[in-house]
Amino acid sequence: MLKRRGNPLWRFPGVAPTAAFVFAYLYLPIFILIAFSFNENRLATIWTGFTFDWYSVALNNSDMIRAARNSLIVASSATFIATLAAIMAALCMTRERFRRQQAVNAVIALPLIVPEIVTAVATLLFFVIIGIRLGLLTVIIAHTVFCIPFAYLPIRARLQGMDPRLEEAASDLYADPWRTFRRITLPLLWPGILSGAMLAFIISLDTFVITYFVAGAGATTLPVYIFGMIRIGITPEVNAVSALMLLISITFVTLSFLVGRMRR
Amino acid sequence: MGGGMGRLLRRSLLLGPALFIIGFFMLLPLFLMGYVSILERGMAGGVQWGQHTVEAYVRFLFERDLMDNLVVNIDYLRIFARSFLLALSTTIIALLIGLPTAFYMSLQPARWRNLLIFLVTIPFWTNLLVRNYAWILLLRDSGLINGGLQWLGLSSEPIRLLYTPFAVGVGLTYSFLPFMILPIYASLEKIDLRLVEAAYDLGASKWQALRRIVLPLAMPGIAAGSILVFIPSLGAYVTPELLGGSRQLMIGNLIQGQFGAARNWPFGAALAFVLLALVLLAMMLYARRYRRAPGQA
Repeated sequence: MLKRRGNPLWRFPGVAPTAAFVFAYLYLPIFILIAFSFNENRLATIWTGFTFDWYSVALNNSDMIRAARNSLIVASSATFIATLAAIMAALCMTRERFRRQQAVNAVIALPLIVPEIVTAVATLLFFVIIGIRLGLLTVIIAHTVFCIPFAYLPIRARLQGMDPRLEEAASDLYADPWRTFRRITLPLLWPGILSGAMLAFIISLDTFVITYFVAGAGATTLPVYIFGMIRIGITPEVNAVSALMLLISITFVTLSFLVGRMRR
Repeated sequence: MGGGMGRLLRRSLLLGPALFIIGFFMLLPLFLMGYVSILERGMAGGVQWGQHTVEAYVRFLFERDLMDNLVVNIDYLRIFARSFLLALSTTIIALLIGLPTAFYMSLQPARWRNLLIFLVTIPFWTNLLVRNYAWILLLRDSGLINGGLQWLGLSSEPIRLLYTPFAVGVGLTYSFLPFMILPIYASLEKIDLRLVEAAYDLGASKWQALRRIVLPLAMPGIAAGSILVFIPSLGAYVTPELLGGSRQLMIGNLIQGQFGAARNWPFGAALAFVLLALVLLAMMLYARRYRRAPGQA
């Protein structure tokens, strides 16, 4: 392939300005939100001074803390179950060839294709009809479902990129399948597992529509709580909570990104 | 490892959990939803089992007047049309700004490219609700855009931006733009630039090279990106709720309303079912053209 920089395609008019505009468009709202969360002024439109006050107001709000705790419970349970299921499925899908493999792939990807609002309606109807009370349990189940594909894709990618000769060598040296898995496959797979689990965790923390439908009264998660706050009005406290959520997600994605590139 | 039986057992054990969770808690509920849509609605919410009716689908186009005659009612159709138009314009705008961006990214040196991909990915992983909320801060009457316009002396009083179709379009594009950029980038990156060189050597102009070489090769990415933007836009709930207000309802809000205030589950299920059918239709058209299983992006 030719050197990209010397490429005459470079000189297309408008390409670089459009890209600059797109990056500004993607990041301006995020920066504005974070900036406003430090604004002393209650009316939030004019900048009057720097303060951490809104963060302490937000962090002392016991309802919000409860919602955050619910979010963490849900995200860790859903991530744990989904990642286990995803590891097993990915091992099978990359190591074996069988009929209907495409169909299995389609089922695993189903939560990514169906619009969230449709999933939310179907899941709510299902729980109500079979008679499970809406609460943390229903939220965990619903989150586990759509966390599976997010955990599955990085794990499968890692497995596909693995050298099969390493496992063959282990078998040749008389390791039984379980030992081969524990001593060879699993250590090599860790970055994929971590990266998949982190993505599942963020997705669970962020998901709003489905949670809103299946949470019931006692299981308010952080996004559902923030939605309620936004509906009441725009306050610096909402800015602070929102900025916190952004920072948590960005930290996790960055970690997941770095881990996913480990020892490639 | 044993023969066929052993392998089958191993396969079922490994695939079992994932398939069971998705099958039992998603596939089954989707079928159930289809069934609920043909049930009679209950008096105080819920449904009446065993009482079948197509009332929910009739209601989509007609309403009953006092004499119980069916009268055409296009209110719901209008909401579907609005959602469709908003989703379509979102897709087109995302394509118009996403294509040059992906193009720009693909022309960068390798290290720089990875950073740019990462920067495009970050907004996708941050909370959708929060990202749409940030636009309220920008678009409202006392927001940053109006403040800026007044400061520049371009307008004397605030221009209404929030709670307009414009606001919904901006929010939807913002929400789903990464889905457009990344697949296009992936297909542009694979293009052998020697083809473009060859086109130039044979006397093609810049635009001819773009139209005859680059765009056709980028087409799979453009198609994938368009479908990935169109589908979530069509079913959006958060953006129209926060940025559209009560006048810019989309399908998602209409569906949610049936489970909240309106308490008409069969109608809500029917609306969701129609939305699902539209999405699957779009996926099928895409898959037929580009012959890849869904989710294999």
